[in-house]
Amino acid sequence: MPVGLGHYLAVSAILLVLGVFGIFLNRKNVIIILMSIELILLAVNLNLVAFSAALGDLVGQVFTMFVLTVAAAEAAIGLAIVVVYFRNRGSIEVEDVTMMKG
Amino acid sequence: MIATIGFYVFAVILLASATMVVTARNPVHSVLFLILAFFNAAALFLIAGAEFLAMILIIVYVGAVAVLFLFVVMMLDVNFAELREGIQRYAPIGLVVGLILLFELGLVLTGWHFAPSAAEIRMSPTPAALTNTAALGNVLYTRYVFLFQLAGLILLVAMIGAIVLTLRDRGAVRRQRIGRQVARQAEETLAVLNVAIGAGTDEVGFLRPLPDATPAPDHAAAETHAMPHAAEPH
Repeated sequence: MPVGLGHYLAVSAILLVLGVFGIFLNRKNVIIILMSIELILLAVNLNLVAFSAALGDLVGQVFTMFVLTVAAAEAAIGLAIVVVYFRNRGSIEVEDVTMMKG
Repeated sequence: MIATIGFYVFAVILLASATMVVTARNPVHSVLFLILAFFNAAALFLIAGAEFLAMILIIVYVGAVAVLFLFVVMMLDVNFAELREGIQRYAPIGLVVGLILLFELGLVLTGWHFAPSAAEIRMSPTPAALTNTAALGNVLYTRYVFLFQLAGLILLVAMIGAIVLTLRDRGAVRRQRIGRQVARQAEETLAVLNVAIGAGTDEVGFLRPLPDATPAPDHAAAETHAMPHAAEPH
């Protein structure tokens, strides 16, 4: 790997913090929250790939693929839930979701 | 050298676009910056030597997930200005939590080192003679084949779940019922009735309109009534 491992770890740490910050910042908008979760998972993937390349171990890349799979499934289900929720309530505010309590 | 410069360029664009994802006013811009972030992350994967994952990231994320986000953002008619109301309220606590998290991650990053035995306990060392894709396939389809099947199952469940969630039954739609079409017999389609000649015409009266509310006029009266109508054009 031509670039040091520490650089990758720093970038992915900042990316993870940005994702967490996005969840706090857009408390009402579910779609942006889902995008922030995608950013967090991207940071995880970056970490896994960086360690895999630094150690010369392929398992990190295999697990990156599984993380990608789960993230894609999560995005699909989350957006489907958002669509159904918007159809029922006419808004996507997260704070209204507590009305779904039985 | 070029790889290092490229790393910094891509990393800076990645972090800038990630910042724009969480702070953009318009969610469509957020999705577009998310796509830019994915492209730059793919470039970082390439620099790290993970070509297959870089291509997967572009194909799956940019081609499917980000487009799905874009589709949902544009399909839902949401008042996005209303959704941004609480941002001033939530920004300080988000900043505090983010800075604490960044500080802790920085502590972790500065104070770690590989274990001396890290090179010996590798699960599957990268083979030197193979390309990244071939090496990944060798590992994925042999040792991790069950996990691979499980990933496929997760995707199947997600697909079925998304369909079940969003499928709705509109009551007014007339659907094709293939079973009923196939099971239909000739006797149900056509009914041949024996009707007596002239029966029922007076009661229904579809030969001509009745003159008035008088009950059931006989044939002669009806004909005399109909004559002026027929003669009128002359």
